[in-house]
Amino acid sequence: MNLIVNGREHEITSPPLTPLLHVLREELEITSPKAGCQQGGCGTCTVLVDGEPRRSCLTAIATVDGASITTLEGLGEAESLSPVQAAFHELYAAQCGFCTPGMVVASTALLERVGGPVSREDVLEALGGHYCRCTGYVKIVDAVMAASRGEVGEVRDMPSPEDGEPDVTIKGSPA
Amino acid sequence: MAAALIPTSPEEAASLFGEGKDVTVFGGGTILLPEIAAGRLHPTRALMLHKSGLDSLDTSGDVVRIGATTTLAALIDGTDDLLTRFAEHVGDGEVRRTATVGGNLCATPGIGAQRGDLGAPLIALGARVRSTGKGGERTEPVEDFLSGDRAGRLVLSIEYDRPNGNTACQMMRRRHAHSYAIVNVAVCETNGELRVGISGVGAMAVRARSVEQSRNPDDVLKDVEPVSDALASADYRRKMLPLLVRRALDQLESA
Ligand SMILES: Cc1cc2nc3c(=O)[nH]c(=O)nc-3n(C[C@H](O)[C@H](O)[C@H](O)COP(=O)(O)OP(=O)(O)OC[C@H]3O[C@@H](n4cnc5c(N)ncnc54)[C@H](O)[C@@H]3O)c2cc1C
Ligand code: FES
Ligand code: FES
Repeated sequence: MNLIVNGREHEITSPPLTPLLHVLREELEITSPKAGCQQGGCGTCTVLVDGEPRRSCLTAIATVDGASITTLEGLGEAESLSPVQAAFHELYAAQCGFCTPGMVVASTALLERVGGPVSREDVLEALGGHYCRCTGYVKIVDAVMAASRGEVGEVRDMPSPEDGEPDVTIKGSPA
Repeated sequence: MAAALIPTSPEEAASLFGEGKDVTVFGGGTILLPEIAAGRLHPTRALMLHKSGLDSLDTSGDVVRIGATTTLAALIDGTDDLLTRFAEHVGDGEVRRTATVGGNLCATPGIGAQRGDLGAPLIALGARVRSTGKGGERTEPVEDFLSGDRAGRLVLSIEYDRPNGNTACQMMRRRHAHSYAIVNVAVCETNGELRVGISGVGAMAVRARSVEQSRNPDDVLKDVEPVSDALASADYRRKMLPLLVRRALDQLESA
């Protein structure tokens, strides 16, 4: 079997009924798709299969033989984040980060499909199956909408703390 | 590790399935794969249908024909009727790109939740299931398929006459993409003939013939025995079911 992952071709030796998630993480050592619930319920394992977001834990490797897979690693680099990644960073849409790979990949597919500003409803529909146990979702939805409007560029300077304010202030953070 | 059989035509799928002995049919795998990966299920032979050519969806004529491996996402893209309304509520878009119609029809209850939501609209639409297995190929009403020996059958396709009457539905579930059904009611009336399908309340979808005859929503409990699970108690379902049947029938009347 073969897979093209983030543009690079790989020959796959895992057995046909191995979840794509395990092939990526264990055979190819591509670890951004997280092994969360491993039963389809949380969305942190979501990757793009021929451009469409699917749960890698629900996808048997034989059924995607020859497909082109995009994971978070294929979207941006630390120095040049993709628009969705930059928006997540700037608007504080990640805390522990465990859900983030799936959120970013699914949001990227949404933005690609719509090709312009997305509504709150669009985001809720696209991310409705993704769990986040940290953020409360508001910042994630805001970040995706901002990215769709092209509103994120350079990560702006952090505001300097007012007198008497602790210097841990991060824009949008409750801390 | 299971041997994977990957047929490349419907005929090859049927012959590999044979009488269904020691073979596990693998549709999309949204139910089976996590079980296999976690080591709770050990199929000796897995009949993987993704290349079998059973994924055709034909909505051009008076009969809607749905191949067993049509994904729920493709179904939603290609149809806009009573069945679509239910398919839209199964999991989320990412699950629906993998989940198949045949797998939904053959789904058994999960831990703490009922599955097989599409049974209700398929019953209401008078759908017929074409399957193969012991004794060869046969086509039968979906309710007969469900109450029969479905574990020993390979579903090939599902078909129904394009609905030309009125349809209505009522669904009860928590407002969450991954919440399973509590009660599903689908009704269809064609030329004065009423058909009522119920799913989400027990191990498989049921045709509520008593309601079809009497049009009394309370009669639904003569046909259906609701179960308790993690989402709702049997008692709660017994109270909600007649109410939702009543609403669906009212909706039909005002349509
Ligand atoms: C997060 C999440 C949410 C879900 N929500 C819902 C929901 O709301 N409602 C619901 O009904 N389901 C739900 N499901 C369960 C499941 O995704 C669907 O029922 C789906 O349609 C099953 O199809 P499949 O092809 O993936 O099944 P598979 O896992 O491939 O198979 C399921 C069963 O059907 C048999 N089977 C498959 N195809 C055939 C065939 N052609 N002939 C004979 N037997 C066959 C298999 O042997 C197995 O026993 C959910 C799943 C997840 C992960
Ligand atoms: S790990 Fe795949 S959905 Fe949770
Ligand atoms: S940031 Fe922790 S789960 Fe989402």
